[in-house]
Amino acid sequence: MGRRIRKLVSGLVFVGLVGGAAFWWLTKPAPWPADHWEGLGEPDLVNGEKIFWAGGCVSCHAKRGSEGDARLVLAGGPPLKSPFGTFHAPNISPDETAGIGAWTLAEFGNAMTRGVGRNGEHLYPSFPYASYIRMAPKDVNDLWGYMKTLPKASDVAPGHELPFPYSMRLALGGWKLLFLTDTPRVAIDAADPKLTRGQYLVEGPGHCGECHTPRNALGGFEPGQWLAGAPNPEGEGRIPNITSGSKSIGGWSASDIASYLETGFTPEFDSVGGSMVEVQKNMAKLTAADREAIAAYLKAIPTL
Amino acid sequence: MKIRALMLAAALAGLGVTAVTAADEPQAVRQALMKKVGQAAGALGGIAKGEKPYDAEIVKVSLTTISETVKVFPDHFPTGSETGSETEASPKIWENMDDFKAKAAKLGSDTDAVLAQLPADQAGVGAAMGILGKDCGSCHETYRLKKN
Ligand code: HEC
Ligand code: HEC
Ligand code: HEC
Repeated sequence: MGRRIRKLVSGLVFVGLVGGAAFWWLTKPAPWPADHWEGLGEPDLVNGEKIFWAGGCVSCHAKRGSEGDARLVLAGGPPLKSPFGTFHAPNISPDETAGIGAWTLAEFGNAMTRGVGRNGEHLYPSFPYASYIRMAPKDVNDLWGYMKTLPKASDVAPGHELPFPYSMRLALGGWKLLFLTDTPRVAIDAADPKLTRGQYLVEGPGHCGECHTPRNALGGFEPGQWLAGAPNPEGEGRIPNITSGSKSIGGWSASDIASYLETGFTPEFDSVGGSMVEVQKNMAKLTAADREAIAAYLKAIPTL
Repeated sequence: MKIRALMLAAALAGLGVTAVTAADEPQAVRQALMKKVGQAAGALGGIAKGEKPYDAEIVKVSLTTISETVKVFPDHFPTGSETGSETEASPKIWENMDDFKAKAAKLGSDTDAVLAQLPADQAGVGAAMGILGKDCGSCHETYRLKKN
């Protein structure tokens, strides 16, 4: 009897160990192989700046209410509320100690597109790398070049305020296993360069789905609900549906959408509000062609 | 005694009725004011986009409408009007009334500044819309909540 129990226990321990090892193996932080970030050449700073605005880094990493050039000081941002707790986006200015000035391109790129921190740890997906994963290595290189030209700041952000188990970075490997993918969110006509550009901007750097797509209890996107609208993580109100099924923008033309992204005015001359104000300010810095590509993509995706 | 109480109750009930049936509850009034601002902005926007020809009179009237309307707009947020009538007003208005009023005043003074040097062509109207549009957005960012 005693022996059977011992056997059972050691069996369980063994299963536990194998399971743990398998979990670790399946979910360990997975940076790209080194050559992914090699041979990209001198960064194109003009393109880097465009990618910077498309990516909306300012909204989370600059102090709240920054205007003008102060928006370029990425000293760490306002608290970001979520159902899992409150995050504080860190200092990503080029300061060598408080910021990320001492990072390599590979370290930066792996944070951006794999959610892997400088010390090999998992990063929280409140940093929208699950969208940025779609970014081309060249764009990441250009962005990195541009970010090094920004002002340094010495601020240190407070730690995140997360209850157990969300406070455990290790568990994020499970989240990544379930939800981190670089496959397209929806199928569109790949032969139309305007649509593919729109898809790249919306699903990649623009990370529009992070707000506009509803999530399940684990924080992954609900399948089949791409851009269908979601509750406001900040509390009251809703983030609207931006597919053609929306009662509001369903009636807008593609040029109405492009004009909203440029000026902040709807065709009825209502004005943009909520967290979209920051996004719109960033969109206003893109080229007209890029805003038109985004509009064309929104018109082409499934109506929900 | 009993009659006095009854009369008082009747009087109070009467008051209640007038309050509820008042044609202009604050939620409806402020929504109508914002619609007016939106229409005036629309007239300017049509010119800025080149969909309508430049017309100095329309520019002046529209700017005047915006200026006058935002001056009275913050008067229509009494306590008790936080919800109801599909209001999209954020509860933050009542937490930071002074800041909310300052945002309305900013749009008012920026509009007055544009009026003082009336934009003389399509490009001028476009530039003015850039300034005013930021003021609309900076208030809607914090104090207006879309509910659907
Ligand atoms: C929606 C908010 C949000 C946006 C937008 C955002 N970030 Fe972040 N970012 C965060 C949060 C939150 C963290 C912290 C993640 C963690 O601790 O695991 C973070 C972490 C990072 C890190 C890792 C820093 C470190 O010290 O480990 C880098 C690098 C970074 N962000 C770069 C960027 C860049 C570049 C952009 C724009 C292209 C951007 N972020 C846009 C929220 C955001
Ligand atoms: C930080 C969250 C957030 C992100 C990221 C975001 N949006 Fe929005 N979006 C909103 C909110 C909130 C609104 C509602 C605006 C309002 O209250 O006026 C909105 C509104 C809109 C509207 C107008 C819808 C309507 O019916 O009035 C469009 C179009 C839109 N977003 C497109 C985009 C695109 C394209 C992107 C990506 C480039 C994007 N959004 C990214 C939060 C976001
Ligand atoms: C001081 C703050 C403030 C400013 C400045 C402001 N708004 Fe508003 N706006 C609001 C609030 C609050 C609401 C929601 C009112 C309600 O539903 O009770 C609103 C609602 C609206 C509506 C919807 C009205 C309806 O119910 O149909 C439109 C249109 C609008 N605003 C346009 C504008 C435009 C255009 C500007 C700039 C020229 C502007 N607003 C400036 C606070 C502001």
